[in-house]
Order: sequence, then structure tokens, then C-alpha cells
Amino acid sequence: MKKLLILGSIVLLLAWWLSSSYNRLVSKNEEANAAWQNVESDYQRRLDLIPNLVSTVKGYAEFEKSTLEAVVQARAQATQVKLDPSNLNKENLAAFQQAQGAVSSSLSRLLVTVEQYPDLKANQNFLELQAELTGTENRIKVSRNNFNEAVKNYNLSVKSFPTNIMASMFGFQARAYFEADAGAEKAPKVEF
Amino acid sequence: MLLVHASQLFAQQYPERPSPPRLVNDFASILNPEEQQLLENKLVAYDDSTSTQIAIVTLKTLDGFPIEDYTFELAERWGVGRSKKDNGVMIMVAAEDRKVFIATGYGMEGTITDARAKNIIENSIKPNFKAIRYYQGLDEATNRIIAYASGEYVNDEPKRNEFPWMQILFAFIFIVLAITIRVNQVKRYARINHLSFWTAWMLLNQSALPHRGSWGGFSGRGGSSGGGFGGFGGGSFGGGGAGGSW
Repeated sequence: MKKLLILGSIVLLLAWWLSSSYNRLVSKNEEANAAWQNVESDYQRRLDLIPNLVSTVKGYAEFEKSTLEAVVQARAQATQVKLDPSNLNKENLAAFQQAQGAVSSSLSRLLVTVEQYPDLKANQNFLELQAELTGTENRIKVSRNNFNEAVKNYNLSVKSFPTNIMASMFGFQARAYFEADAGAEKAPKVEF
Repeated sequence: MLLVHASQLFAQQYPERPSPPRLVNDFASILNPEEQQLLENKLVAYDDSTSTQIAIVTLKTLDGFPIEDYTFELAERWGVGRSKKDNGVMIMVAAEDRKVFIATGYGMEGTITDARAKNIIENSIKPNFKAIRYYQGLDEATNRIIAYASGEYVNDEPKRNEFPWMQILFAFIFIVLAITIRVNQVKRYARINHLSFWTAWMLLNQSALPHRGSWGGFSGRGGSSGGGFGGFGGGSFGGGGAGGSW
């Protein structure tokens, strides 16, 4: 009888531990997903600003067409790369990053070119867009950091003992970080 | 070992939350005490009525560290704004770097858009700062933030006991008590010496009797009735805002 009681309580304790650590893993995973949504929406915010920027810049007839076209093209490509937050592996993220990196570099080239057009530089519309663009780059930085933080938090649980036993039993895998490549990391610093 | 050391060093570069809580933290001493107090009073009053918190921080230099990243991190650490509304704003000034940044909490991004923040920097802060009018620049900037954000938030959990009823009650009881004691003293003195009440009163006042409590002795304590800043509320920042250098 006594033995049975002890055995029963051990089983109960084990079940409690299993379920609580399982739930923790699930919620940490969800947090990382939510953080990814923020990353994506911040990048989307940037893509949404581009048509406005392009139409403002276009008004200046002498503006080089090629720089503008590069931005438009990079945007079109980046729009097609949409990721499912539950399936973010290294390759996915790298593709996303590459597409967004192309937008970043074409944008910064555009903003450097603007330097030569004093009229455009003084344009109120352009100034506002520029402020929004810089702010968006900052938002991207912040949400990307938050995402990596959430992934780190989750990965720590997945990899450390004893939760790692649980994680491998139920197929929780370590998630990929959003690694900053040289192009994406540098927000176009526009200080005119 | 080295890593731990480096992170500790890094952590020290962010000042602790001010205690007692303050909204104006002039670490670079670019404002005189009176100007600090004026700004503080204005911002505390604004926080009291709207729950929106505008914090001002001035530093000497950031040694090349990006001011925007620094401001987001510090604002997040201090938790400027209320936690559910995220209605905080932090104005950061790096005096020797001649850089300034306005960071807006998530809940302020709608009213203080990046373009508006940039406009405040360009037209209110820069011209004043260039002329070394730091107070005017910050005063104007905060006025414009307040104007843009007007009606966005109201303080739904105002400070209780705004009017110091309890203090007034205690002061009143104290006064009544003091008068009663004094009157009794004078009455006894008059009775013993067969004097009229008022003669006794005057005599007693001339000869300083060995009792301390003179009139007007109850001025202390009750002061600072307005109440200071109640503390930061845990607001969160997501990268909104704008900056510039003067």
C-alpha cells in the first residue's frame, strides 16, 4: 500500500513536471513567433513607404532613372518573400534577409543620390518620408533584436537539461536566429 | 570571465532609474536648477492629467554609440510611460556630441509620428540649441509634443488625495490645541495675579515664559503639497522617433 502511494506520487510529480515544461516550451515558441510577426510587419512598413518615396522623387525629372528602378525592383522581389513563422529555418531566413538586404542597399544608394538635388532635399514631403524611413529602420533593428532575444530564450530551454529530454520527445527543435548581414545591419544613415 | 566583465561595464553605461523618481534628468548639467524645476513641474503636471510621461535625459557624450539605440534601451529599462498604454516619450541629449533624439513609445507612434518628431528636432530644438538656449529648446519641444498628443490619453488612475486634506486637518487640530493651551495659561495667570485677561496676555507675551511653542511655530512639515513625480510605469519602446545633431 505504502509502496503504491509513493509510486503514485512519483508518477504524479513526473506528469506535472512534464506538462509544465511542455507548456513552457510551447509558450516560448509562441513568443518567438509573435516576435517574428513584428519583424515582418516592420519590414512591411518599409516596403509600404517605398511607393510614396518613389513618386516624390520621380517629380524631379532629372533624377536618375536607374537608381529609382533598382529600388522598385528590389521592393517587388522582397514582397514575394513571405515566411511562415512556424517554419523559420536558416535557409528561409537567409532568403528573406537577402531580399530585404537588396531593398536596404538600393534605398541607401537612392538617398545618397538625393544629396545632389537641393530642391528635393528641401521638399517637405521628402523630408517627412525620410524621417519615417529612418524611423522604420530603427523599428526593424528593435524588433529584430527582440526576435533574437525570444529565440535565444526558447533555444536555451530546448537545449538545456532536463528540458532537452522533453524537447526531443515532442520534437521541439532549436530555432534559427535572424543574423544580421552587413547590408541589412547598416540602416541607411541619412543626415543631410 | 572576460565576457562577464564586458557586459557589466556595458550595463553601467545606463544610469539607474532615478530615485526619487524624476522626469528631468540633467546628467550633463546644461540646465540650471530653476530651469530643471520648471520643466519637471510642467511634465509632472502633464503626467498627472494624461498619464503620458515625457522624460528628458541629458548626457555628456555617448562615445560614438548610436544615440537612437541608446535612447530606446534606456527608455525601455526605465519604463517610461504606462505599461498598457506604452505612452512614453524620451528626449535624449548628448551635449558634447551635439546630438539629440526623441524616442516615442508604441502608444505614442500614432500622434508623434517620426516626421513630427523630426520636425520638432529641426525647428524647435536645433535653432535653440545652436544658440545654447537648452531650456528654451526643451521647453518648446515638450510643448509641441504635448500639443500633438492632446486628447490621446487621459489619466484614469489619478493620484489619490491630491488636496492634502489630512495635513490640513492635523494643522487645524494643532492650532486649536495651541490656542486652548495658551488661553488657559493666560487665564490662570490672570486669576492668580488678579489681572484682566488682556493685560495678562500682554504681560505673558512680553516675558518669554519658559514654554517653547511660540505663535507661527507650525509652518514645517506640511510643505511640498503638489506632490512630485510618481514614478515610471513600465512603458515599452519599439524604435519610433527621430533624431538629429545641432
